[in-house]
Amino acid sequence: MGQFLLEISYLIGSITFIVGLKMLSSPDKARQGNLIAAFGMGLAILGTILFHEKDGQGIGNIVWIFAAMGIGTIIGWMMAMKVKMTSMPQMVSFFNGMGGACAAIISIVEFGSHSGHEPGFLLTVFLGLAIGAVSFSGSMVAYGKLDGKINDIYSNVFTIVNSLMLLVIFALVGIGAFAPDMFGDNLLWILLGVSLLYGILFVMPIGGADMPVVISLLNSFTGVAAAFGGFLYDNPVMLTGGILVGSAGTILTVLMCTAMNRSLMNVIIGSFGAGATAGGKGAVGDQVAKETTVTDAAIMCAYAQRVCIVPGYGLAVAQAQHTCHEFEKELEKKGVEVIYAIHPVAGRMPGHMNVLLAEADVPYPKMKESEDVNPQMPQVDVVIVCGANDVVNPAAEDDPSSPIYGMPVIQVWNAKSTIVMKRSMRPGYAGIQNQLFFHPKTKMLFGDAKDSLSSLTSEVKSL
Amino acid sequence: MVYIVILSIFLGIEVISNVPAILHTPLMSGANAIHGVVIIGAIIVMGHASPDDYLALTLGFLAVVLGTLNVVGGFVVTNRMLEMFKKKK
Repeated sequence: MGQFLLEISYLIGSITFIVGLKMLSSPDKARQGNLIAAFGMGLAILGTILFHEKDGQGIGNIVWIFAAMGIGTIIGWMMAMKVKMTSMPQMVSFFNGMGGACAAIISIVEFGSHSGHEPGFLLTVFLGLAIGAVSFSGSMVAYGKLDGKINDIYSNVFTIVNSLMLLVIFALVGIGAFAPDMFGDNLLWILLGVSLLYGILFVMPIGGADMPVVISLLNSFTGVAAAFGGFLYDNPVMLTGGILVGSAGTILTVLMCTAMNRSLMNVIIGSFGAGATAGGKGAVGDQVAKETTVTDAAIMCAYAQRVCIVPGYGLAVAQAQHTCHEFEKELEKKGVEVIYAIHPVAGRMPGHMNVLLAEADVPYPKMKESEDVNPQMPQVDVVIVCGANDVVNPAAEDDPSSPIYGMPVIQVWNAKSTIVMKRSMRPGYAGIQNQLFFHPKTKMLFGDAKDSLSSLTSEVKSL
Repeated sequence: MVYIVILSIFLGIEVISNVPAILHTPLMSGANAIHGVVIIGAIIVMGHASPDDYLALTLGFLAVVLGTLNVVGGFVVTNRMLEMFKKKK
């Protein structure tokens, strides 16, 4: 009976994961989807505690299990409730790392407590350990980097060292599984060390704007690690959940790369910042960007028919989403039509901009994707580029030597005029000059995105 | 087992392939919570560790804490993100 209930709970769990993921891909049902998956997870956990049996033995140490779950729940809940919307990406990365660590620990314990050492079992344990450990240390570095605790280090040495380490990991897993006597039990610890180190070195040279791709990739790693756990215990719900995340995560990673016009290999092996700085022909030297004042900009916007706001990383960093919405409301009072053009990779993560604007109560229909906005650009009177740079760079369309050539961009230069809010003339993340700033129709408004937006808002109000 | 793996791979790809860019972040976060299913492994480890095997108990305890962090944190964060999309109806 118990076994039957356990299997039912696992079956329901697996189904809710699939349904949940499916619903997460449509804006209206996403929230329900998340809750459904959470419910399924709860059921599967409960089922395991109540009905799981190994060699006729039920789950013991119940008190300790509940204590651990209690601690985890309280900490996890508090962290998740407290975190600011702008720090969401590093939070996801942090939780991902926890899952990876959990998978790695399971492998360690299973290796210790299992006496039979057949190759299949060892392979599962070692792969679970390696992937879990890489996912853990990699996620922690990604977390640190996004949180500004760790700086980027670019070096070509990483490429070689990392490829070598990857080979070493594969070799160790192979030796561990098929020639276990070579290193004995020490192999487990060597593999753990090497994997942890690889995770760190793998994420270290990757630049800030590529972090989402890395997190997504590590996310699918943890999924695979969980699936190995599923193999280990012959546990179907771990297997489906893990593999589902593994494959969905991989596709998501690829989708993100496509949006940035970069191949996955490129993100992983080539450190973007190092190679790209030299590219792009736009020399600053003799070109002068036109500066504008807040008053002029406010007048331009207030007497326009249609205004299009292009938010980017800068808006996220300045936490200006609320100010931005204020500004939009003021303009609407003046009868101006305002839309947001959101590039798929604007902000810190794909879709991050939408989450931020949604937090500030910007209506969902006002957020347009770049391909919907581009055809309408000629009818837009004023484009306000707010903390975005590479996603509005014309070089992506007309300069084949540019490292971002071919990336889909928002064609703001087709609008009647453009105001670029920026802190300085410094190039954006990709390290390339943006010809848009020197375009005859472009005016620059220097300053922090939030300050500029709030002074713009009060100017518009007083008009 | 292998059937499950292959079917799940295709399901994962199928389910996610036409998601709008807007939902990438919540989706990643939701998927992140789902791989927290690894906690079941941690519970099994903990549940079958003999009471005098302190190494297994300690590590198991740690694994359950970390796994729970992943599950709870993941779902709560995702829910918070999605809450924002819902408000404006």
